Amino acid sequence: MLSWQFGTLAEIVQETPRVASLYLDVPDWQGHMAGQHVDVRLTADDGYRAERSYSIASAPADRRLALTVERLDDGEVSPYLVGELRIGDRLELRGPIGGYFVWPGDDQRPLLLIGGGSGVVPLMSMLRHRAGIGSTVAARLLFSSRSQADIIYRDELTRLGSAGDGLTVFHTVTREKPAGWTGYTRRIDEAMLKEVAWPKQDSPAVFICGPTSFVEAAASLLVAMGYEAPMIKTERFGATGG
Amino acid sequence: MKVQIEEMRLDGNAIGGLLREIFTVEMTSAVGTCASCGAVNEVGRVQVYSHAAGTVVRCPGCEQVLMKIVRGGGRCWVDMTGVRCLEFVLD
Repeated sequence: MLSWQFGTLAEIVQETPRVASLYLDVPDWQGHMAGQHVDVRLTADDGYRAERSYSIASAPADRRLALTVERLDDGEVSPYLVGELRIGDRLELRGPIGGYFVWPGDDQRPLLLIGGGSGVVPLMSMLRHRAGIGSTVAARLLFSSRSQADIIYRDELTRLGSAGDGLTVFHTVTREKPAGWTGYTRRIDEAMLKEVAWPKQDSPAVFICGPTSFVEAAASLLVAMGYEAPMIKTERFGATGG
Repeated sequence: MKVQIEEMRLDGNAIGGLLREIFTVEMTSAVGTCASCGAVNEVGRVQVYSHAAGTVVRCPGCEQVLMKIVRGGGRCWVDMTGVRCLEFVLD
């Protein structure tokens, strides 16, 4: 049975101006698989409750449970998590949840990860897990951000992508064309996927996560390129989250 | 309005916690058969709309309603008229 439990905030890492990672100590945490999420519940003094799901960013072997949260100013939960929650505060959560959008680590198929904005979070858990277990499964991440300043985990992704263990990281930014930028500067399209995606004959495992329209556009492009739907696993954040 | 509703569409991953409350086991990797079109999909793949009072789950193939879930006041109502069969792993 899935029970609510409390974690204690041990560390905050500001990833971008709007996104922060919360590192939690969770007693009796049962462990998780890369790609899973937790439900977070806030209870107001009058008993009103708001509940949201957040992907786990940390690898299964990491000491602390990390959630990476984007602050949505009109949201009900995220402005509290990113901005008000302080070190030592307790946060009520339950999990880990999910068994569909997970990468078990012993899957030898080439990995294609496509993330939009904070949709990169569960994919980061997979990449951290992959690095942690010493997997050399060929992997490609295509990460779409609004601008350079909005790229979550930018330095860590650069490190992971230059480790020489078979991971290549591709960036695209959709709202600016920075000087000296070597990545893409447009929304994901067929030409981009033809350069980035594994040929379908390689039978890759594909994980796509982000806002609903982003996920559905990327998945449709891959299907149009001949990918079979069962190869593609998707997770939609909706329009806002909160 | 259509665009807005489509943008609010989630998938079965979003109700992993809710379904685990009801069925007590991991359900996003459960496999359901649509009573309307016969499509077989993992729960993680189905369409979910949870912005209304309850949660509506639709078939990604034919968009017919698979499940409706309403909870409140310490009770839960689960309408599964649209699911012919649901297969899941017991703990």
